[in-house]
Amino acid sequence: MKQPFEQVVTQHGATVLRVCRVVLGPHDAEDAWSETFLAALRAYPDLPETANLEAWLVTIAHRKAIDVVRAAKRNPLPVEAMPETPTNMGVPGSGDPDLWPAVSGLPNKQRQAIAYHYVAGLSYAEIAEILGGSVDAARRAAADGLTNLRKHYPAARTKGAAS
Amino acid sequence: MNDISHDDGVAALLTTPVDAETLARLRRRLAGDAEHADLLDVAYTTVESPVGRLLLAATSKGLVRVAYASEDHDRVLERLGEQLSVRILRAPQRLDDVVREIEEYFAGRRRVFDVRLDLSLSHGFRRLVQTHLPEIGYGQTRSYREMAELVGNPKAVRAVGTACATNPLPVVVPCHRVLRTDGTLGGYIGGLDAKTALLALEAA
Repeated sequence: MKQPFEQVVTQHGATVLRVCRVVLGPHDAEDAWSETFLAALRAYPDLPETANLEAWLVTIAHRKAIDVVRAAKRNPLPVEAMPETPTNMGVPGSGDPDLWPAVSGLPNKQRQAIAYHYVAGLSYAEIAEILGGSVDAARRAAADGLTNLRKHYPAARTKGAAS
Repeated sequence: MNDISHDDGVAALLTTPVDAETLARLRRRLAGDAEHADLLDVAYTTVESPVGRLLLAATSKGLVRVAYASEDHDRVLERLGEQLSVRILRAPQRLDDVVREIEEYFAGRRRVFDVRLDLSLSHGFRRLVQTHLPEIGYGQTRSYREMAELVGNPKAVRAVGTACATNPLPVVVPCHRVLRTDGTLGGYIGGLDAKTALLALEAA
């Protein structure tokens, strides 16, 4: 039996937001989240009952994140003057502000691979389907992403090494 | 197969906190977007009342379901998913008028509900009976037999009982105003205490 969509949002809403944050940074994450769940609501009646909801939602989020980035490039916000201090992409309540510059500096595939694997908990086979390419390539992208993240974000080095 | 367990530290780092307020705001936005995009097949909310928490659900046509807590609201929503659509969201806005009228009713300030109803959960004779139930005025009662006569089928007393027992819109469609011929309560979907409470409210 398929559960009401409200339950899907309850169970996966937070994880999808975290995934969007890693892929896009905290500012654009909310737009991507909204687009993802609206598209999911539209398609939900036709989703097979046996489908893996998390993988399905992350697949939608992946496409919506690409749309959000494209839209931002097409319609750059007009600014009268450049801000004096560089943004660190910090958004209150979204974690350590030092994390976001390090994450946003990763190549796209690496950032996507660590988001889908470490945040959403998808297998490398599922990630390979989303990113295209082989399972090994997905695994490599996540491993390289992790190495790069440790290089640029000291907290990842210590915390990662402890486990 | 477990390639998640190593690097738990990184997973924990990337698993950033999501505060309840942010999610609540996003969910309100989703409900609004869904309504706007015509994707909100069933909107629901809950309201506290003297007969317990009531679930209220509406399609774009109108109020489609009122459910007592004893019916198990999660179960009722699952059933609505099967009967109508799984595109169900908690979206109180569509139910603002219903909530207001229900609150007025329980405060003794409203005798007639005038919200739009969607009777698509009932069919045939049951639906016919439910369509006629609002003709029993506030504070009045009828017997199952009288209801059977009213709908032009005097022998269908038992079927009238079933129609009342399966009323998808209790309180608003007043099946609580139908009693046994001897004046005893008969059954009620919300339990006899609720039926007694509604009759007492209307007798006051």
